[in-house]
Amino acid sequence: MTSPPIVLRLSGITKRFGPLVANDSISLTLYEGEVLALLGENGAGKTTLMNILFGHYVADEGSIEAFGQPLPPGSPRAALAAGIGMVHQHFTLADNLSVLDNVAVGTEPLWRPRSDRAAAKAKLLDLARRFGLEVRPDAPVGDLSVGERQRVEILKALYRDARVLILDEPTAVLTPQESASLFDTLRRLTADGLAVVFISHKMNEVFAASDTVAVLRGGRLVATRRTAATDREELAELMVGRALKPPTPAPLEPGEPVLTLSGVTVGSGHGRPLLDAVDLTVRRRQIVGIAGVSGNGQTALAELVSGLIHPESGTMALKGEAIGSAGPAEMVRRGVARIPEDRHAAGLVGAMAVWENLIAERYHDRAFQRFGLIRRGAARAYAEEVIAAFDVRCPGPDARTQLLSGGNMQKLILGRTLAHGPDLILASQPTRGLDVGAVSYVHGRLLEARAAGAGVLLISEDLDEILALADGITVAYHGRLTPVLPHGRVSVRQLGLLMAGHWEILPEIVDAA
Amino acid sequence: MELFQTILDILVSAAFWTAVLRIATPYILGTLGELLCERAGVLNLGIEGIMTLGAMAGWMAVYQGADLWTGVLVAALCGGLMGLLHATLTVPLGLSQHVAGIGVTLLGTSLSYFVYRLVLPQASTPPTVEPFQPLDLPGALAQTPMTYMALILVGVVAYVLYRTPVGLAVRMVGENPAAAEAQGLSVTAVRVGAVVAGSALMALAGAFLTLSAFNAFFFNMVNGRGWICIALVVFASWRPGKALLGAVLFAAFDALQLRLQQVAGGVLPYQLFLMMPYLLSILALVLVARRASYPRALMIPYRKGER
Repeated sequence: MTSPPIVLRLSGITKRFGPLVANDSISLTLYEGEVLALLGENGAGKTTLMNILFGHYVADEGSIEAFGQPLPPGSPRAALAAGIGMVHQHFTLADNLSVLDNVAVGTEPLWRPRSDRAAAKAKLLDLARRFGLEVRPDAPVGDLSVGERQRVEILKALYRDARVLILDEPTAVLTPQESASLFDTLRRLTADGLAVVFISHKMNEVFAASDTVAVLRGGRLVATRRTAATDREELAELMVGRALKPPTPAPLEPGEPVLTLSGVTVGSGHGRPLLDAVDLTVRRRQIVGIAGVSGNGQTALAELVSGLIHPESGTMALKGEAIGSAGPAEMVRRGVARIPEDRHAAGLVGAMAVWENLIAERYHDRAFQRFGLIRRGAARAYAEEVIAAFDVRCPGPDARTQLLSGGNMQKLILGRTLAHGPDLILASQPTRGLDVGAVSYVHGRLLEARAAGAGVLLISEDLDEILALADGITVAYHGRLTPVLPHGRVSVRQLGLLMAGHWEILPEIVDAA
Repeated sequence: MELFQTILDILVSAAFWTAVLRIATPYILGTLGELLCERAGVLNLGIEGIMTLGAMAGWMAVYQGADLWTGVLVAALCGGLMGLLHATLTVPLGLSQHVAGIGVTLLGTSLSYFVYRLVLPQASTPPTVEPFQPLDLPGALAQTPMTYMALILVGVVAYVLYRTPVGLAVRMVGENPAAAEAQGLSVTAVRVGAVVAGSALMALAGAFLTLSAFNAFFFNMVNGRGWICIALVVFASWRPGKALLGAVLFAAFDALQLRLQQVAGGVLPYQLFLMMPYLLSILALVLVARRASYPRALMIPYRKGER
C-alpha cells in the first residue's frame, strides 16, 4: 500500500521570543485525509507552531512546504492561498459585523465596485448544509454563542476552499453531542480529502478524532505515534514528563447552606431573561457543578454571585443572610471568593506587577495601606508568601503579570481568592485553556477548600471537569437550572440531552435518584 | 411666546435653509473624513490642521492662477499627504494616535500660516479670489457646487463602506485587525489608505471655506470646526447618513443663533447665542451617543505577531 500524498512538511522550525525558545527545531509531516492531533501542555509551543504555519509569526529557522511548494513565511494571505485555514483559539471575528461579512471579508478582489453578497450567502449556506454547520448569515457575530462562533470560524476556512484545516482547542466550548458532531464534520472533511491538524491537551479528543498524534513538550517534538498504537498513560507521560493521577474527591457530609437562590430572575427587560426563576443551594463541604453550553445564563449567574448584578425578583442569601444589592467589594468582604471566567479581562491587570494584582481585592485592608498609602513592603512580603504557597512560577512579586503563562496566572488568582479561607468559592471555567498539570493543581486546591468547609459553585463547560469534582450537578439551559442531581445518578448521555434542552427526561432521572 | 414665534418664522424661511446647507458643508465633509479614519480604527485629531492646510492650499492655488476645481484638487492632495504623515506615525509605527494627531494639527496650522506669509509677506487686507457661485436654482437649492459635492460624497462613502469589498475591509480592520489579517488582508495598507482618503476629505472641508463660503484665507478661519466634526462622528454612531443629519442639525443651530442674535441681541448678551450650538451638541451627544457601538479597535495600534 502506498501512503497518501504529503500535503504539508515542516522542517526544523525554530522560534524564539526573547530568551524563550517556543519552538525548538520541530519537523512534522501531514498526509492527505489525515487528522493529526498536536498534543501538549500550555506553553509547549503548539499554538506558536501553528501560528508560524499560518503566517502570523515568522520562524527564526526552518521552512515549510505546502503541496510541494515552499510557503512564503509571515503571510496569512499566502497560507490561505496555499489552502491552509485556521480556526483560532481566541476567535478572530468582528462582533459588530454579520456572520456573512466575517466570512466574506477579503475573499473578493478589493476594488470590485460591488460586493456580490447574494452569491456569498448562497455559497455559505451551501457549505453549512453540506457539513452540518448551522448558521444565520445575517446575525451579528456579537449575538452568537461561543459554539456558533466556532462554526463561523470553521466555515470561514471552508469558504476559502481550505485543503488543510488547523483547529486550536476546538472542543473546549462544546457539549459532548456537539463535539461528537464536530468530529463527524472532521471525518466528512477528511473523507473529502482535507487534512486536519487539531491542537489539544485533552486526551479523550485525541482518541476520539485523530489518526496520528504528535506530542510537544517545552517547545520540542517529543514523539509522534499512530493513535491506534498508543494509550492514555503513554501520552500523558510524554506530555507532562511524569505520571499524573486524577483527583479523587473523598465523600464528605455537606454542612449548612452558604448560598441560597430562590426564584431569582435577572435581565427580563429584553426578550428571554438571562436567569429565569432560578433556585439553587450550595452547602459547605459541597461542590455544585453547573453544566451547560455557554450562553445559557452561566455568566449572569456568576455576575449575580459576585455582586455585579442584582436579582430583579426572588432572593439571594449568603450564610442565611439575605443579600440586597451588595456590590463586589461587599461580597468579597462577606466571604465570596471568585475565580472569574476570563482571567485576562476580569481577573488580572496584565500591565501591573504580580504583587499589585494579589492585593487588588484587599488593598484597603489595614495590612496593606496606612493613611491612604500602600504599604509596599507588607504587600510584597505577602505576595512572596502567596507565590511560594501556590507555586506560582514567576521571577518575583515585581514581575509584570502578563508575562506569566495561563496556568501561573490562574494560580495567582487562586492564591488571591483562597488565601483567606472563603465561605463560598465561585469558580467560573477555572481550568479553561490550562494544561494537564495546572488543571490537576487547580482541582486539588478546590477540593482542599471544600474539605476545609467552603462551598464551591463550579461553572464549567468542560463536562469531564464537572464529573470529576462535583457532588451535585445542575444543568443550565435558557436561563433556567435543573434541580441539583446527585453525582453518579446521571449519565453523560443524560447530561448532554439536558444541556440541549431535552428536559422531558428529568422525571426519570429524579425518580431513579 | 414672542421668541417662539420668531424662531418659527426663521425656521420656515428659505433663506434660513440656504444658510443651513452652506454652514453644514464643511461639517459634512470633515465628519465624513474623520468617520472614514475612525472606521478603520485610527483617530485623526489632525483634522483641524488638515482643514486649515486645505483652506490655504486650495485658495493659494487659485490665487496663483489655477481654476477653482484645480484648487479643490490641490487641497485634497495636500490633505492626503498630511493623512499619509499621520498614518505613517500611527499605523506602521504604532505611535499614540492622540499625540500624533495633535502634532499633525499643529504642523498643518503653522505650515499654512507660514506658507501664506512666505508668499504674501506684506498683505494687510487678505487678497481675494473669485469663488464658486451658487447654482441658479430656486430657494434653498441655490448652493455652490461644493455643497452638492459634499452631499454626493455622503452617498459615495456610505456605498463604499457597506456595499463594496474595500469598505468591508475598512470596517473589519477597525473592528478586529487580527481577524482581517487572518483573512489575508494587510491591516497596514487598509488603514493607511483609509486615513489618506479621510484626510483628503477633511482638506476639502477647508477648501470649501476659502473657495466657496468666503473668498480669502485668513488666520484662525477653521475656528474649531474640526473638533466639532470629531464630536459629530460620535453623534453619528460612525454612520455616513447620520453624519449628514448631525452636520445639518448643528448647522441649523448655528444659523438659528445668528438670526436670534439680530432679533434679541439687544436684550441678551450675544455670547449666549454663540454658545448655543455647542450646548445643544453636547445635549444631543448625551442623548444619542451613549448607546453608540464604536469600532472596537479604534485607537488601538495593531502590531503583527505580537503576544
